[in-house]
Amino acid sequence: MFDIVNIEKPDSLETALKMLSHNPDLKIIAGGTDLLIKMHNGTLENAALLSLRKIPGMDEIRCLDDGTITIGAMATFAGIFRSSIINEHLPVLSEAAVSVGGPQIRNAATIGGNICNGAVSADSAATLLAYDAELRILGTEGARTVPIREFYAGPGKVNLKPAEILTHVVIHKTGYSNTSGCYIKYSNRKAMDIAMLGVSVVCKAEEGRFSDVRIALGVAAPVPIRCGEAEDYAKGKEISYETMKEIGIYAVKASKARDSWRASKAYREHLIEILVFRALKEAVIRGGGVHIGEL
Amino acid sequence: MENYENISMEVNGKAYSIEVDIRESLLEVLRNRLQFTGVKQGCSVGECGACTVLIDGLPVDSCIYLAVWADGKKITTIEGVSKDGELSKVQQAFVDEGAVQCGFCTPGLVLTATSLTDSGREYSDEEIKREISGHLCRCTGYNKIFNAVKKVLDDKQH
Amino acid sequence: MAFDVVGKRTVRKDAVAKVTGRAKYADDFFERDMLVGKVLRSPYAHAIVKNIDTSAAKALPGVEAVITHEDLPRLKYATAGHPWSLDPNHRDVADRLMLTDKARFVGDGIAAVVAVDTLTAEKALKLIKVEYEVLPFVLDPEKAIEPGAPVIHEERPDNVLGASNEEIGDIKEDFSKADRIFEGIYETSIVQHCHLEIQTAYAYVDSDSRIVIVSSTQIPHIARRIVGQALGIPWGNIRVIKPYLGGGFGNKQDVIVEPLTAAMSLAVKGRPVRYALTREECFIDTRTRHAMKFYMKTAVTKEGKMLSLHMRPVSNNGAYASHGHTIVMSAGGKFRLLYDFNSIKYEPKTVYTNLPSAGAMRAYGCPQIFFALESHIEDITREMKMDPIEFRKQNLISVGKMDPHSEIVVRTFGLPECIEKGKQLIKWDEKLKKYKEQKGTKRRGLGMACFSYASGTYPHGFEIAGVRIIMNQDGSVQLQVGATEIGQGSDTVLSQIAAEVLGLPYDMVHIVSQQDTDITPFDLGAYASRQTFVSGAAVKKAAEEAKGKALEIAARRTGLSIDALDIKSARIIEKKSGNEICTLEDIAMESYYDLVNAAPIDGNASVNMRTNAMAYGVTFAEVEVDMETGRIEVVEIYNVHDSGVIINPLLAEGQVHGGVSMSLGYALSEQMLFDPGTGRPLNNNFLDYKLQTIMDTPEIGSAFVQIPEPEGSVGQKSLGENTTISPAPAVRNAVLNATGIAINKLPMTPQKVFEEIKKAGLL
Repeated sequence: MFDIVNIEKPDSLETALKMLSHNPDLKIIAGGTDLLIKMHNGTLENAALLSLRKIPGMDEIRCLDDGTITIGAMATFAGIFRSSIINEHLPVLSEAAVSVGGPQIRNAATIGGNICNGAVSADSAATLLAYDAELRILGTEGARTVPIREFYAGPGKVNLKPAEILTHVVIHKTGYSNTSGCYIKYSNRKAMDIAMLGVSVVCKAEEGRFSDVRIALGVAAPVPIRCGEAEDYAKGKEISYETMKEIGIYAVKASKARDSWRASKAYREHLIEILVFRALKEAVIRGGGVHIGEL
Repeated sequence: MENYENISMEVNGKAYSIEVDIRESLLEVLRNRLQFTGVKQGCSVGECGACTVLIDGLPVDSCIYLAVWADGKKITTIEGVSKDGELSKVQQAFVDEGAVQCGFCTPGLVLTATSLTDSGREYSDEEIKREISGHLCRCTGYNKIFNAVKKVLDDKQH
Repeated sequence: MAFDVVGKRTVRKDAVAKVTGRAKYADDFFERDMLVGKVLRSPYAHAIVKNIDTSAAKALPGVEAVITHEDLPRLKYATAGHPWSLDPNHRDVADRLMLTDKARFVGDGIAAVVAVDTLTAEKALKLIKVEYEVLPFVLDPEKAIEPGAPVIHEERPDNVLGASNEEIGDIKEDFSKADRIFEGIYETSIVQHCHLEIQTAYAYVDSDSRIVIVSSTQIPHIARRIVGQALGIPWGNIRVIKPYLGGGFGNKQDVIVEPLTAAMSLAVKGRPVRYALTREECFIDTRTRHAMKFYMKTAVTKEGKMLSLHMRPVSNNGAYASHGHTIVMSAGGKFRLLYDFNSIKYEPKTVYTNLPSAGAMRAYGCPQIFFALESHIEDITREMKMDPIEFRKQNLISVGKMDPHSEIVVRTFGLPECIEKGKQLIKWDEKLKKYKEQKGTKRRGLGMACFSYASGTYPHGFEIAGVRIIMNQDGSVQLQVGATEIGQGSDTVLSQIAAEVLGLPYDMVHIVSQQDTDITPFDLGAYASRQTFVSGAAVKKAAEEAKGKALEIAARRTGLSIDALDIKSARIIEKKSGNEICTLEDIAMESYYDLVNAAPIDGNASVNMRTNAMAYGVTFAEVEVDMETGRIEVVEIYNVHDSGVIINPLLAEGQVHGGVSMSLGYALSEQMLFDPGTGRPLNNNFLDYKLQTIMDTPEIGSAFVQIPEPEGSVGQKSLGENTTISPAPAVRNAVLNATGIAINKLPMTPQKVFEEIKKAGLL
C-alpha cells in the first residue's frame, strides 16, 4: 500500500491544469516507476496525486512535415524503443530507451517522468541533450518551450512551475539530420541498473572532418551536462584516433564528478575519457565514416 | 481518509468490477482480494520481476502499478496461462527444460515469455536475454530459463 | 549399478505446481481478519535504549498491540538452525532477544506493532518515541578486538565470539625444512543469499491453545524448538508448517521471524498476525555471508611439494552469534581433505561487530576459505614458475586419506579426473599458448580452482533423518519426508530413490511436499547438502521396509520365498525367470482388505547417519579483461564435480548453474556496503546490490565424474552447495593470468580492477 490520500485522474490536459492550479500540492504521476518507489521508501508521504494516464494521446510519437519529431511525455521507453520514427531518425534515443531498467519498467516508465524527476542518472537525459531537444510545457497561461539544456536546475530539480505539465519532447530536424551517434550506459550490470556514467554522442562529419559534435554526459555532474570545450575542440578536426582520444580528454573538463560509494571521482573521470572516445568511435563507424583501426 | 474507487477489469478472461483502495497496488488487489497468489512479491519496487503480470499483453511489475490504473484493462496472471487444464507451450518448456527450481520467479518469467511468443516478433539470443532481463532468479543461473524460452520461440518461428 | 529411475532426467515433482502458480508459499495463505506485524528498527549501530514511549502508537486507530522488550520474556536464545545438543558445551551461543534493549546494528529490532494493515503499522512505528544513549561502534573485526574497542555483548568483553587453534602435524618442523615460504592476505566481502521469497511467517493460536506458525523456513522441526526456547513455552505447544519455499540458501536455516511472529499473535490474544519482511529489511535483519580475511603462510619444497600451511582467518560475524564460529570451523574441517599437507595450523577467530549478523550461507564458509587457498596456491605457482595444474595435482590427497580430527575417510576421489575433464572442456593448453603475449585493451586469460566439501555435518553435527512411506491401494506410495524442498530438488531426487528401491515408476511416488511438525517425521531440514546423502538413506530404509512387507504378502500368496521375489515396474516378479506373478496393486489391495491379514503396507525409518562422504570438484574459467575500464567478462566457465552418482542430471545441472552464477556475483559484483561514519546500510535493495541478471550470466558448463560412493544409498554424495565454492577463485586466477594482476579482495568490481591496473602501471 502506498501512502496516497487522493488521486485525480483527469481525462484532458485542460482539466489537469485546472486541478493543478486549484491544488498546488498535487504531484504529477506518470508511469509511477519513480514516484511509487519514493513512497515505498517513505521519502514521499501523504501524497496527493494527479495521474496523467487517462489523458488520451499523450504517448504519441510523431514526425511532422518539416521533420520535427514530437514525443508525447507519456510515451513509454518500450514505446520509444519500438517506434519506427525513433529508430529511423533518433537511433541513439532508441538505444538509450532500451537501456532503462528492465522490460517491465520500460513498459511503464515514461520519457516525461524520466525528465521531470530530474535524476542525473536518467537514461534519456544525456541523449536528449545531445539531440538539442526542446521541451514543450503547458501551463494555465499557455504553452512555453524550453531547451532541455536549461531545464535541469540541480539534483532532482527541474524548471517546472507548479501547475505546469510537460507535454512533449521536441527534436528539430537540425538536431538529428545527417548525424550518427551512440549511447553508452556504463553500469555494474547489463540490465536492471542505473548508470554509473551515461555518455551520449551525436556527430556530423564532412569530408573526413567533424563538422558538429555533441557530447552529453549523465552522472558526471549534479545535472546532465554537455561538454562544451570538447565539442568546440572537435569542430572542424580531422576524424582520427588521436582527435577522438583528445576529445575524450577535453570532455572530462566539463564534468564535476564526485566521490560516492557508487564510484570514485577518479574512476568516473577516467571513464568519461575512455567512453567518450569509444562512443565517438562507434558513432563514426555507424555513420559509415573512415575506418579508425583498432583501439 | 479512506478512499475507495470502483474499477472494472478483466482478469484471465473474466470480468471483475470491484472496489479498491486507492492506496493499493495491482499486486495487492490481485493477491489479497482476488486470491491470484501466483503473482509473487519479491521486492515491492520493480527490481525483481516476481510480480509481473501482463497488462493488455505487456509485462508490467504489478507492485508499482496502482490498482486504480487497472480500470478498463485486460490482465493476465499466471493462473490464466494454461487453458482447459493443459499447460501452455511456455509452461511445458519450463517443465521439460528444468527451468524451475524454487519457483518464486517462475510465474513472472512464464508471463514475460508468453508475451514474447504472443508478440509475433523474432528474437535473437541477445534479444531474448534482454527481454527477460527484468526477472531476477537466484536458483537457476538463468541458463535453463533461456533454453526454455528459446525453445518455444524457435518452435513458433519454424 | 544399473538403475531404472536413479540417473534419469525426470522432471521435478513440483514443476507443474510452480509453472501454473498453484504452488502455495507462506505468504499465499490467508486467515480471516489477519493482522500485520511491523518492527521499529534502530537507526544507530550501537545504542542503549533508555526509554520507549509507545502511548501515541497504541492510541492510533487500527493499532492492536505495541510490544517492546519489556513485554517479552527475557530469555536469550540462539537462532542457528542446528539440532539441539544435550551437551551444553556443544550448543550455539544464546545472545539474542526478540526485541532488544540495546541496539547492536542499524536495523536491530526495538519495538513491534500489530495493526490492521501495513500503512497503519508503519504510521504507528513513527509514533513510538525511543530515547537512545548512542554508543561508539565498530565495523571492522580487527579493530573490534583491539583493546578499548566498544563492547558489543557484555558477556564477551573482547568481542571475540570464538577463537580456535588447531594443529595437525608439526608446523615448526615443516617450516624449518621448507625451501620457500610464501605469505599472502586474502579478503572476501559481506554478501547475501537473495532468495526471491523474503522471510515471512504468520502465526495464530488454534482451538487447542497451541501456536501454529506457517513459515518460509528450511528447518521446521528446529524452528519449533527455537520458538519454544525464545518464548519459554513447551515445545509441544508449537506447530510449525512449511509450505513451498522460494529459496533459502542457508538464510532460512536460521530462526529469524518465527519467535517474534508468535509473540505478536500472543500479544493480540492469538489472532492471526503476518510478519513479512520487506526486501530492505531482509538485507539487514536476516543473515549474511561472513566476510573473512585470511593470513596465509605456506612452506613449500623446491620441487613444489606443499609441506605446511598456517592459516589465520578473521571472520566478521556482525552483531549476533547465529551460526557464529561454527562456520569458519566447519570450513576448516573441509579444506583439509584436498591437499596433502604434512602439517596444518588453523587459527580462526570470529568477532562481533556492529553489522548485520552473518550466518549460514550456501557452502558454509567454504567460498571464503577456498578463495584464499586457491588464490594463494595460484600465487605460489606463479612465483615458483610452475604449472598451476601440475602443482596442484602433485599435492592432492589420495583415497584412504583420513582427517585426524574429524576421522572422515576419503573413500572415493574423482578430482584428478575432474581436472582432466575441465582442462579438455576449456581447451586449456591450446588457449594458454594463444593468450601468452597480449598487449591490447581486451586481454584474455584462463584460471582454475579446486575445492573439497562434505555431505552433511557429521561428526561435528548430528545427522538424523526421518521418512514415512504409505502404500496406496493402487500400489503407488505416498512419501513423507522430513527433508525440506526449498527449490534444490530434494522432493524429486528422494522420490527417485523411493521409486528405485520399491520398483515403482517415478510417477507412482507421490511426495508430500509440505512439512508440518505435527505430522512430518523428525528430520533436521535442508542444509549442509545433507538431503540426498542423509535423508536419502532414510528413504532407502523406509522403502526397503515397505518393499519387504509387499514381498511378504506376495510370498504368502505364492508360497515362494521372499528372496525369490522382486518388484519391477509395480509388478511382482519371480527373480529367476523374470515372470510376472501379480501386480503390486493386487498385493496392496490385499494389504488393505484381506479379512484376516489386512495391514496396509508402510515403511518408517529414522536414520542417524554416523558417516560422511567427501565430495570434490573444480572450476575452469576464461575471462576477458577490459584494461581501460577494468570490467571483467567471464567468457567460458565449467564446473566439473565428483559428487558420486548423479541421481538426476537435469536437476544437477541446474544446481551447478545456480551455484556458479551465485559465485560469479560473489567474484564480480555483489557486496553489502555500509557507511563507515554511521554503520548504515548503503545498498540494501536489489537496485544497488548487484545480483547478476541474465545479461550478466554466461553460459555455464557442467560435467560430472561419477564414482559410486559406498556409503551413499545409491552411490551419491553432496552437490548443492559445492557448486558455489570454486568459481570465484577460478575467475580471480584467470584475471591474474590475463593481466598479471592479483586481486586479493572480493568483489573484483570494475573500479577495483581499474585501480589495480593503474597501480601496476599498466594504464
